Formats: sequence, structure tokens, C-alpha cells
Amino acid sequence: MSRILIDIRNKAYPARHGSGEHRAIENLHIELGAGEFVCLVGPSGCGKTTLLNLIAGLDRQFEGTIKTDGKAKTPRIAYMFQNPRLLPWRTVRENIDLALPGGQDGKAVDHLLEVMGLSQSQGQYPERLSLGMSRRVALVRAFAIQPTLLLMDEPFVSLDAPTARRVRQLLIRVWLERPHTVMFVTHDLREAITLADRLVFLSAPPTTLLHEVAVDIPRHAREDEAEVEAFRNRLISGHPEISALL
Amino acid sequence: MRSALQHPIFSSLLFLALWQSLALLLVSPALPTPCVVFHALYGEIVSGRLPYHLGITLARLLVSFVLAMGLGTLAGIFLGQHEKLDRFFDNWLVIFLNVPALVTIILCYVWFGLTEAAAITAVVANKLPNVVVTVREGARALDRDLLEMAQAYRFGRWKTLRHVIWPQLFPYLIGASRTGIALIWKIILVVELLGRSNGMGYQLHLFFQMFNVTGILAYTIAFVTVIQLIEALLLKPLDRHAKRWRR
Repeated sequence: MSRILIDIRNKAYPARHGSGEHRAIENLHIELGAGEFVCLVGPSGCGKTTLLNLIAGLDRQFEGTIKTDGKAKTPRIAYMFQNPRLLPWRTVRENIDLALPGGQDGKAVDHLLEVMGLSQSQGQYPERLSLGMSRRVALVRAFAIQPTLLLMDEPFVSLDAPTARRVRQLLIRVWLERPHTVMFVTHDLREAITLADRLVFLSAPPTTLLHEVAVDIPRHAREDEAEVEAFRNRLISGHPEISALL
Repeated sequence: MRSALQHPIFSSLLFLALWQSLALLLVSPALPTPCVVFHALYGEIVSGRLPYHLGITLARLLVSFVLAMGLGTLAGIFLGQHEKLDRFFDNWLVIFLNVPALVTIILCYVWFGLTEAAAITAVVANKLPNVVVTVREGARALDRDLLEMAQAYRFGRWKTLRHVIWPQLFPYLIGASRTGIALIWKIILVVELLGRSNGMGYQLHLFFQMFNVTGILAYTIAFVTVIQLIEALLLKPLDRHAKRWRR
């Protein structure tokens, strides 16, 4: 595994009728360590989704570079979007299998479905699933391809609190089974502290890096909401500019 | 009793009964009774004339249908994805959509002679703009989110086409097929009537000249039956298959 170096000098959306040029990202440097879980925190509309799309290669119109050091292989990227984005005309299992790179067998998928409690639902069509279940399917799909880099774009918004907590726990559980680099976007600071090795704070557009903090709470203590809350309060009192973002 | 009234057989029987009583009332060669018509139909089938002409027409239907759907789908997908070309060719489509079928048929026969190719071209030219417009709607409505997902997970061209694009276009293609068969069916008769020496249209033309209403009605029944069979045995099951994932 290798580090991923992100260096975006300029990303702008050209002027459209009615609105001028939108400068989305400027001079943003982020380094992701191998197997590191990084949470990007920033106000909504701060170009977080834009950044993920650049990394995923969905948008190539920008100045800068995104590369891995080491063996110079392009990372195998999985992307969990804000909405589950499952193909409604394919079953749960087919949705996952379609994303698998050729030659990968289905054992890992069986295991992931089992862990996520979806084994019974693999023959269902996504429209018959609840949002929480669809999100879990999208999570299985992302993990199933055994990525070196997993991008997650506020994947748990609009889930009710208990469901979100449960899916977060599942996420950490499967991630610990096979650690790989994760870039997780959120605007929920508590969620970020619960999940991340490191927090990266982004500014309002044109987006750039404001601040970085390592989360030093041990993983087993993060279920304790008081710990998370204490960390959050320390963070905000120490860095008033962060509270302005949230 | 109420459910018996709603049964489709009842409404068909009622239709036949009305026809029968009207024919008995009028006693005119312009409206033979159902019995006479079915007898004539039987005679035409046994003599082999009806299967021959119906077969010819069905073959023409098949060829022109496949051509119109194939070309129309390609053009529709293309226009749906290229906004500038679409705007440029939009007027062309409107013109072709509004040229009366009869004009296209006459022009084809004048330009290409009274040939099989001219007949097929005339039918295809009539149907093509319809298919293009329908499929173009489908191609415009393609879900960007899913296309991005396919790109992020490196689906590649073939997988994307088969699993992401095709299922989204399928309902539009079925729609185009259903209206297409109904349209081609009607146009093909005119094409045959004007410039062919076989097929249903040609036969109807003969019956018309001989004022043989019985023959016309017998062929019509054969006609409607075949089309209903195509609809029920082919298009409806395809439609159901395409919608099986819906809630």
C-alpha cells in the first residue's frame, strides 16, 4: 500500500449564463497515509463532493495532480456516494457483483453480506429496500472490490440516529478486517471524531485546507459519547475558526 | 352476474350480436352477417390465398420494423447525447414527422420505381422519425448518477451499455415498438395497395374493385387477430419482463 498525494492548484467551474465563474478549490494539498482513515470536515457547499469527484476521476477538468507514491500504480478506488446509486433493475447481489473487477471470486461478498445482515436480501431489487439497507448494500459494494482507496461522501446523512450509528459501527468493523485508505466527507464533527484517524478541516470556497488534527482517542473508547464530546469541546475551544465553519 | 358482464368474452359476444342484428336488419351486400364472413375467412385460409398474402405482408412488416427500430434507436441515442446536433436536427425531425404518409409513399415509388426496396423504404421513412423522437427522450433522461457510479467502479463501455443504459432505454423501445407496429401495419397496406402485386393491401384493393365487402371483413379479422397475438405473446411479456424490478 502507498500514500496518496493530492495537490489541486485550481478547480473552477466556467461561467454559465446568470452566474460568473465559480472558483471551487484553490491550492489544496492533502496527503493520505497508507491505511489511514481521514475525515474531511467543512461547511456544506465547500466543494467536498467536487474534490471526491476529482480523486475518483469523474471530473478531469482541473489543474494539479493526484497520484500515489511507491509503485506508481493507480489506486483501486471505491466510491460511496451520498445516495446509494444502486441499479434498480438489478438485484442486490447483481449490483455488487457487477462492480467486482474480473477474476475476483464471490467469497468476500458472501462474508460482507453476512456481516451487514443482508444475506437474506441479496435476491431483492433495491426499490424494495429501506434507505438504511440500500446504504448498507452500497457499503458492501464499496468494500467488495477490495479498494486501496475508499471515498465516502456523507454516506450516512438522512439516516435516523440509531441506524446511522449501527452502520458506522459496521463500517469500522469491516474496515478493521482489511484496513485501507479512507477519505470520508462529512459536516458532522461528532461523526468525524468517532470515525477518523485524522480530521482535515476545509474552508468555504474557494476551498483550501484550514487545519488538521489527529484524533487520539483509542478506537475502543469511541463508543463512549462523553469522550467524543470532550474531544469536540477541546477542539472547538482551541480553534475558534473551526466553530465558525460548523 | 356483474362479474359475468365484465368478462371480455361477454363484450365480444355483444359486439357480434349487434353486428348480426344490424346485418339482418339491413339485408345489404354492404354488410354481410358474421357467419358469412367467417365462412369466407375459412375458405380463404383453406385455399392458401390468405396465408400467402398475410405472410408477404408480415415479412414486409418484419423487415421494415427491424430497420426502423434499429436505425431509429441508433439515431435517437446519438441525438440524446449530443445537445448541439440535437438542436440542429430537431427541425428536420419535425418536418419528417409531419410529412403525410401518403406523400412519402408516392415519392418513394416515383424516385425508386415500383420495387420491393421502394416499398420498404417508404414504410421505414414513415416510422423512423417516431422512433428517433421516442428513443431520444429516453437517452436524454438517462440517470447521470448511475452513469457516474459506473464510471467510478470502472464498468467499461460494454457493461455500462448493457447494465446501466439499456435497462433505462428499454421502456422507451417497447413504447416505440408498440406504437410502431400499429403504425407500420396501417401504412404497409397503403404501400401495397399503391405499388405491389401481392400482400394484404393488394388483396383488399381487389376486393374493393369487386365490391366484395365479405372479403374485406374476412381479411380484416385475420389481420386484427395476428396483431393482437403479436401484442399479447411478444410485446406484453417483454414489457412485463422489463418492469419486474418495479415496486
